Amino acid sequence: MATLGTSLKVGIFLGVRQLKRASRWTTGLIVFIMTLTFLNLVVVSGILIGLIVGGNNANREQYTGDVIMTTLSGKPDIAKSQDIIATMKADNTVADYSYRFLSGGAVEANYKTRSDFNTKADTAATQLAGIDPIREDNFSNISKYVIEGDYLDPNESGYVVLGANLLRRFSSSFGDGFDSLDGTYPGDKVKITVNGKTQEFTVKGIVKSKVGEVSIRAFITEGDFLRLTDRGSLNVNEIALRHTAQITDDESKAIFVKNGFDQFTKIQTATEAIPDFLNQIKLAFGVLGNMIGAIGIVVASITIFIVIFINAVTRRKFIGIMKGIGVSSLAIQISYLLQSFFYAVLGSLLGTIILYGVLVPLVAKHPINFPFSDGILVAEPSGTLIRIILLLIVTLIAGFIPARMIVRKNTLDSILGR
Amino acid sequence: MIQVKNITKEFQNGDVLTQVLKGVSLEINSGEFVAIMGKSGAGKSTLMYQMSLLDHPTSGSIMVDNQEVTMLSHDERTKFRLDNLGYIFQDYALVPELTAVENIMVPLLMQEKSESEAKKIAIASLEKIGLAHRENNLPSQLSGGEQQRVSIARAVAHNPKILFADEPTANLDSESSKAVIDIFRSLHAAGQTIVMVTHEPEYTVYCDRVITLSDGKIIAQ
Repeated sequence: MATLGTSLKVGIFLGVRQLKRASRWTTGLIVFIMTLTFLNLVVVSGILIGLIVGGNNANREQYTGDVIMTTLSGKPDIAKSQDIIATMKADNTVADYSYRFLSGGAVEANYKTRSDFNTKADTAATQLAGIDPIREDNFSNISKYVIEGDYLDPNESGYVVLGANLLRRFSSSFGDGFDSLDGTYPGDKVKITVNGKTQEFTVKGIVKSKVGEVSIRAFITEGDFLRLTDRGSLNVNEIALRHTAQITDDESKAIFVKNGFDQFTKIQTATEAIPDFLNQIKLAFGVLGNMIGAIGIVVASITIFIVIFINAVTRRKFIGIMKGIGVSSLAIQISYLLQSFFYAVLGSLLGTIILYGVLVPLVAKHPINFPFSDGILVAEPSGTLIRIILLLIVTLIAGFIPARMIVRKNTLDSILGR
Repeated sequence: MIQVKNITKEFQNGDVLTQVLKGVSLEINSGEFVAIMGKSGAGKSTLMYQMSLLDHPTSGSIMVDNQEVTMLSHDERTKFRLDNLGYIFQDYALVPELTAVENIMVPLLMQEKSESEAKKIAIASLEKIGLAHRENNLPSQLSGGEQQRVSIARAVAHNPKILFADEPTANLDSESSKAVIDIFRSLHAAGQTIVMVTHEPEYTVYCDRVITLSDGKIIAQ
């Protein structure tokens, strides 16, 4: 019997030459199919997961930062807010932070043109946010999302930036159950009412983001907020921070827990602040992506099976001759396995280059515009590697089966083509 | 070298049982150049396939070099063919993706020779048949006569004990056929045992013996 080493040597000798001298068009077509299969395997699940991850990233960038502190349930604000802020200023692991005063309120528009006082006033419920405009913009780049008018100027008073979802022209898809304002453009006057106290503001700009907390709020300067709400203390309702690269979210959170601030505020990492249903959706999308990928794998395995089968059937006579002159069945099978392996490796390699060289940067630069998030393409190298290995295994099996079927035929029948 | 004892070969085609070989017995001695002749359907190729271990007889026994070969397993037969037998087919049967020299190298590589050693032997074989200049040509770039000469080089490069040729000149013009027969003559002169199935009586003059088959039986030898 031929040794495994000899069969391997001869199998590689035959396989390499069959690949070298095969039709370039056929090889190109098979590799193209393998590349598409690989991309289908990685990209479909990557986009589905990226839909959620893109939303989470935006949430982190524009709202929560890496760690967010919010008001404890039943409390009006974060007690000892200024102590927390002082701690953050002193802590060199905190790269940036912002704080927000929050209060429920209502915005009324079009009251100057209202002629029939029997009809309902044009109002919308909102969460009024009092911010330090420069600090908030440095933290969350909120000014980048101002789509009409301008962002708040810290030196001005009496201006408001409205979240786009407060306006009917941007939120018609939410239906009638959600009160929103007609018209309302930068320069228009609106009334903001908090705890029964009303003040007129000029709309400075409209901010539109896929982060709900940004698009549903009305932003005014912290000075205007304190005057309007008569808040007696400087205790805020939200503090968001971004830590340096040296520590993790959990380590950053731990610093404030260790200082005992968790008695006064709910401290969460950005991941913890993600609603659980979003994590469930992410999981479901992952499963869905894998199911679609599995169909791609089946298609790829059938493709390889057919390619190798047709190749082996049309070369059945030569397989018979090789067996006739003493080439072991294993060597012939190895030559076909090598071809399958080549197709899968080259397809995966090209797919990986397209994935990381083109698709991931392209989608990162131009996110996919989903209604509730800017979807990115999530392709973790470890996940990609697992998919490459999976594709290789499936392809090898798909190549081995037809090769074995043909090699097991009677030698003389193969030679004589009967 | 070869002892064939009372072999039969039957083919079942639906309900029809066809007996192609009907109790054939013969002996071929070492160094003999034997031609097997007969009309189409006489069973000459079938007889050669049994002796060359490409097929199993329905009954009877075949001894090659004092070894009973009818009971060998599939893998053992493959190994036996590799070590002891060489084949030349009517249609040359070169692997189309392999060059002339690579076609000759394949059985040598299976005999665990290194690639460089196999190539050296293959080139020497090509030189013997006057085709050294064609070593890197694919079969499609060779004429029929050249392909058959490469096929002979492949069959003898690994020094088989017996060379089987199934109508080796059937697809060749007279000039190429003569070149092939001349190679057989020189191989025979060097002591090679050759069994050749042929339709062409003019080439049997170079053989030591002619076995004539008719209707699955030997009628003359």
